[in-house]
Amino acid sequence: MTGLGSTMPKLRVRGATKVYETRSGDLLALDRCSLDVMPGEIVSIVGPSGCGKTTLLWSMSGLHGLTGGEVLLDGKAITGPNPAIGMVFQEANLLPWRNLDSNIHFPFEIKREKPDREWIASLVSRVGLDGFGGRFPRELSGGMQQRAALVRALSFKPSVLLMDEPFGALDSFTREEMNHLVEEIWMDTRTTIVLITHSIEEAIFLSDRVVVLSPRPGRVANIYEVPFPRPRSMEIMATKEVFDLQNAIKREIVGEQKSRYAALQALPDAIPAPTH
Amino acid sequence: MSDDAIPEFSSAKSGDGSEVGITNLSAFSSGPGIKSAREVLAIILVAIIVIGGAEFLIRFFNVPAYVLPTPSAVAMAFVTDFHLILPHLGYTLVELLSGFAIGAVIGLVMAAVITQFPFVEKVVTPYILLLVTTPMLALVPLLILRFGFGYTPRIIAVALAAGPMVMINAATGFRRVDRGKIALARSYGASTLQIFWKIRAPMALPMILVGLMIGSIFGLLTAVGAEMVGGGFGLGNRLTSYSSMIQMPQFFAVVLLLSILGILIYVLFFWIGKKWASWEA
Ligand SMILES: Nc1ncnc2c1ncn2[C@@H]1O[C@H](COP(=O)(O)OP(=O)(O)O)[C@@H](O)[C@H]1O
Ligand SMILES: [Mg+2]
Repeated sequence: MTGLGSTMPKLRVRGATKVYETRSGDLLALDRCSLDVMPGEIVSIVGPSGCGKTTLLWSMSGLHGLTGGEVLLDGKAITGPNPAIGMVFQEANLLPWRNLDSNIHFPFEIKREKPDREWIASLVSRVGLDGFGGRFPRELSGGMQQRAALVRALSFKPSVLLMDEPFGALDSFTREEMNHLVEEIWMDTRTTIVLITHSIEEAIFLSDRVVVLSPRPGRVANIYEVPFPRPRSMEIMATKEVFDLQNAIKREIVGEQKSRYAALQALPDAIPAPTH
Repeated sequence: MSDDAIPEFSSAKSGDGSEVGITNLSAFSSGPGIKSAREVLAIILVAIIVIGGAEFLIRFFNVPAYVLPTPSAVAMAFVTDFHLILPHLGYTLVELLSGFAIGAVIGLVMAAVITQFPFVEKVVTPYILLLVTTPMLALVPLLILRFGFGYTPRIIAVALAAGPMVMINAATGFRRVDRGKIALARSYGASTLQIFWKIRAPMALPMILVGLMIGSIFGLLTAVGAEMVGGGFGLGNRLTSYSSMIQMPQFFAVVLLLSILGILIYVLFFWIGKKWASWEA
């Protein structure tokens, strides 16, 4: 019984398929994606832009439904937004008319719950935002905004944290800082994390596994194990093993794109010349 | 409302529409802020030159008072006859405030409701445009025929002038959907009503304020215009009355009062915008 419980995936994506109905016809964004995320695991999703990463993450968060397949959280199907799931969006996504405190309390306002002030205060000082509670988002740097967004997402102690290219808009130093922050928080809380990123380095630094999606329609092209111990120091990150893994993933993504490009190049021959 | 939509977080605020309104919030941000002492000095200097120059020219060319009174005569009339004008200011304010309140509430509610239903919005928009572009003053004689010479026709005219202005600008505000922010609220399980009050309404606030400002200025114009058409009270009535009696200093004193009223309305909304919608700038 206990053995069974401990090996049950936290998040289970089974045959996730998503078709968008657009004006120009149906668009297959996700094609039978399957993925298990174990409790306390950090999984990164990488892939060319437009391949369906956000679509997949939104299905996991219950923000939209699937055309086919299902997503299970602790074995139960996700049918809508779930209080056990925290989301971090690209570019912080703070509400500009609210100060930092009020932004962080926003989830509790929506849920009509009392915020756990002690926990929030500890998060705020952990990310180094002490004394900034009264500031408005526009008065803060991108990094600070993203820290606040992280606090907001963790404020109600979600058991799963979903992040959609959270640090994509930050400069590389700030980004590295944020990566360390996420690692630190993870070491403390062991929250299950699914992270979309377009930085392979970030994916390797943070994850236990890196999932590569194919160009649209998104399919799971490959899953790479990242076997390095944590915390991952600069020395580890500079080893040949990391370098090789990074190259392998890069080649996988670029290769997928290249073969597609080749297919496109071959296409014109098949299309008859336009006649007017 | 496409709940399934994937947010374009970056720059693509679809249907932002800040270009659609008659004016946008730059009216608040680039308006008269606090000025340096030098700028204040220059403004006062220009005023002295313009007013003093007018005074001098009118006296120098012996322009008769029934054509153009001197600024000093207008100032005198403003002070000595203020007690005569004051009640009429009260009547005009009653018409403006009640007409504006009615028009603004209806305009805001309609904007909020209509923008939730794109189809309804498309159907209704031509009629709203018609209401915006038709000078409601044209209806005043008709309204007087129906409702007499009291407050009623004027209040209706003010409401008809202000309402569509509020509505069209507020609708522009409500149309600014930021899918990322709506997704954020929904990820915490927000209801449609919560999304409206906590996301859509604050996002629309700057444009709502612009609409209220334009609506109230149009309301003032319409109130004064309606008073000029008929009925024995109000600042507009004073204008027709003083001009028919060729009391030009008094006439211009009323004009001055109306200008001050208009500026006060502008300053009021400017101040509210600074206080409540400054995050936009
Ligand atoms: N709401 C939508 N309606 C129609 N097509 C969409 C919608 N959202 C995303 N798409 C399309 O689906 C594909 C995958 O999008 P997305 O999941 O955002 O990709 P990624 O996050 O990997 O860049 C893209 O081609 C995108 O244009
Ligand atoms: Mg995306």
